[in-house]
Amino acid sequence: MSPFLFWPFALLMLIFGVAVVINRNPVASALSLVVSFLGLAALFMSLDAYFIGIIQVLVYAGAVMVLFLFIIMLLDLRAEEGRQVSWLALIGGIAVALALLAQILYVIHNLKSAQQAFPPLARSTFDDVRNVGLLLFGSYNLPFQIIGILVLVATIGVVLLSKREPR
Amino acid sequence: MLPWYVLLLPLGSAIAITLFTLRFKALSSSISVAAVLGSFVCSCLVFRQSNISAPASTWIEISGVFKVPVGFVLDNLSKTMLVLVSGVGSLIHIYSLGYMREDEGKSRYFAALSLFMFAMLGVVLSNNFVMLFIFWELVGFTSYVLIGHWFERDAAADAAKKAFITTRIGDFGFMVGILMVWASTGSVVFAEIAPRLSPLTTHSAFLTIAALLIFCGAVGKSAQFPLHVWLPDAMEGPTPVSALIHAATMVAAGVYMLVRVAFIIQTSQTALLVVAWVGTITAVLAALIATQQSDIKRILAYSTLSQLGYMVMAVGLASNEAAMFHLFTHAFFKALLFLAAGSVIVMLHHEQDIWKMGGLSRNLPITFLTFAAGALALIGCPPFSGFFSKDAILALAYERNTPIFVLGLLTAFLTAFYVVRLLVVAFLGRPRSEIARQSKESPMVMTGPLIVLAFLATVGGFTFFARNFLALPMEKDSALFVPLLAIIALIFGSGLAIAVYRNRASEPFDIKILRRLFYFDEFYSWLINSTQERLSRISAFFDRWIIDTAGVGGASGGTWGAGALLRLIQVGNLQAYLFLFGLGIVALIYFAVFH
Amino acid sequence: MVTLGDYLIVSGILFTIGFAGVMLRRNLIIILMSLELMLNAANLSLVAFSRFHVQQSGLPDYNAQVFVFFIITVAAAEVAVGLAILVALYRARQTTDVKDIMSLKF
Repeated sequence: MSPFLFWPFALLMLIFGVAVVINRNPVASALSLVVSFLGLAALFMSLDAYFIGIIQVLVYAGAVMVLFLFIIMLLDLRAEEGRQVSWLALIGGIAVALALLAQILYVIHNLKSAQQAFPPLARSTFDDVRNVGLLLFGSYNLPFQIIGILVLVATIGVVLLSKREPR
Repeated sequence: MLPWYVLLLPLGSAIAITLFTLRFKALSSSISVAAVLGSFVCSCLVFRQSNISAPASTWIEISGVFKVPVGFVLDNLSKTMLVLVSGVGSLIHIYSLGYMREDEGKSRYFAALSLFMFAMLGVVLSNNFVMLFIFWELVGFTSYVLIGHWFERDAAADAAKKAFITTRIGDFGFMVGILMVWASTGSVVFAEIAPRLSPLTTHSAFLTIAALLIFCGAVGKSAQFPLHVWLPDAMEGPTPVSALIHAATMVAAGVYMLVRVAFIIQTSQTALLVVAWVGTITAVLAALIATQQSDIKRILAYSTLSQLGYMVMAVGLASNEAAMFHLFTHAFFKALLFLAAGSVIVMLHHEQDIWKMGGLSRNLPITFLTFAAGALALIGCPPFSGFFSKDAILALAYERNTPIFVLGLLTAFLTAFYVVRLLVVAFLGRPRSEIARQSKESPMVMTGPLIVLAFLATVGGFTFFARNFLALPMEKDSALFVPLLAIIALIFGSGLAIAVYRNRASEPFDIKILRRLFYFDEFYSWLINSTQERLSRISAFFDRWIIDTAGVGGASGGTWGAGALLRLIQVGNLQAYLFLFGLGIVALIYFAVFH
Repeated sequence: MVTLGDYLIVSGILFTIGFAGVMLRRNLIIILMSLELMLNAANLSLVAFSRFHVQQSGLPDYNAQVFVFFIITVAAAEVAVGLAILVALYRARQTTDVKDIMSLKF
């Protein structure tokens, strides 16, 4: 797969990921997150995972981020002002994060299979919906059902949590 | 079965009195006297049988390692001691009937006396160290009970404690010595140990130490220097007790034990020398102190110490026969002296200071005569028994060790001095107090035993009498020289005493160091105090600082501190928790991947 | 040519960004969004491995993609519930600052 496609989308995803974290305005953060998700979806496509890529756009960028924006506007959250930043916490946090990154990079560096190119596919994965579905309803039927119940419970929970107190 | 009767009759009497007849004083005393007389009769019967078997069974047996039999040793030595102990014991029991007639604790006294007889006979009969030690301790215990018979008096209670504790110190050494002997020979039975000692003679240091430790037991029980401090204080007990225990039997138990295990001590020349010198030092020391005492019982107590020193000296000079001979005669005349002194005391309404007596020869004639007989035997005047036995020891010393001989002769001189002093001051001259003037002779129940003992004290030394009981020491070639010297010392001592103390109203000399008993009591008291003081300070420091502050305080304070520290982590801040979480993850990955 | 390692590195960096965001931002909404970033980083590495391990049939290993499917579903449910809690909290405290919800402080 061409690096000319990979690196731009990867950089897009990462830069807007940083933007999510750094932005003061929550709406700006949310929109940056949407762009980051789109970049991620592109990367999924590049990995021949079409189904997952579409799901990423539909569910994540389409539903989850919409929900985020709804809540931001419902609560009318303004941009943060006057950050009294504790330098110690900042430095400490960044240090831990960088340490973690360093360790991850080291591990990846020592992974033998990390240097290898992707093996070629014998067939095209156009019908990966079918293949994923077969696995989903076949081997993973039980987890699938449980996930269904989980979503139901989440729905009920959300309704309950956001009820106003009756006057 | 006869030896068992000898041993168990007094035990039966003690148990019967303690359990049943404590309230009936007359009945208790009768039971006790009957038991000891029965024991005496059986002892005589045992004595006459030439080969009586010693019954034996096993008490403790840990196979291959440790075996304690229950058995008797019945050779001439023990048979003689049986007759001696039970005989003198019987006389003293009868005497006690009179002496303790009005005492409140009469039943208790006789029960303890019977138990003492049981224990002492057990010491004589034991054929192994463990049994001996058990009876040894029992003798010490009954002596404690009897000394402290009038326990409401502080002096008596303290004296009893002092006696027990001091002998206990000696017994500790004794026990270690027994353990050493058992460890090296594998047996505690006397007859089995003797042949097993010869291969050990190469380890002379070990044997010397074992012998000296065993000697410690005798040092304690027979009140040798430096554990002699209990015997004079033990005079707080009733006089028959002093006669029985501290003259005739218990203190003799130490010498008897030494004679029994002499084969162990004789393996080491060093040990023998130490034993001899300890005996000599005791003899001289006690004789010196006695010259300045004014309590009649104390004078007799120190004379006991002195004579015991002679016996131990004889053991140290490797002559068991001489030691036993002197023990034999000493039992008679010392018991006699104490009982006669008791007669005086009770007739003078418990007055014991000789400077308040005087002229008693007129008022208490029988007592005086018997006392005089005993006194003459004690100072070694021929033909009384003491002359022969003391002379045997002096001859031995002359032959084997000249410094000891000189000191022995000096002691004989001093003995004569203080005994005649006692006679002159207490019995002769004019009465010095009202009580003395109005005294009368004692009743028959008390003078009877006195007469019997006086007879024995007189004839006990003659060969034809003593030969039946003991193996006598052999006659030496220098047979005349030593007795002559002894008699000269005797005459000088007596003469000096008569010259100084005739017709005196009070003590002319005041030699402080002798009166204060060479300050031994003060020294021991200081020693124990200062050691205890140090130890208790250290313990207090340890307890207060190390256990309380560091230990308990440390535990609680440390826990509190750790809790206070850990509490700081609970900041409530979600992101702080996450930071720590991340830190932990980094550390975990570090240890998982990079090690 | 892009290797598996490149995808994993990108995934790692994304994860770190998300983690830093959760640790350092005070606004709860931003924290939730950073959480989503972390989840997506995991998804990316899973899909990369799925493509890397090709089965005998010549197709990628779809098990990982099923896993990613589940993750997305659960993440969605979790975001819903999280936002509902946020709303309830905002109604009670009128703030979305994480420093104002320290009731469990010692």
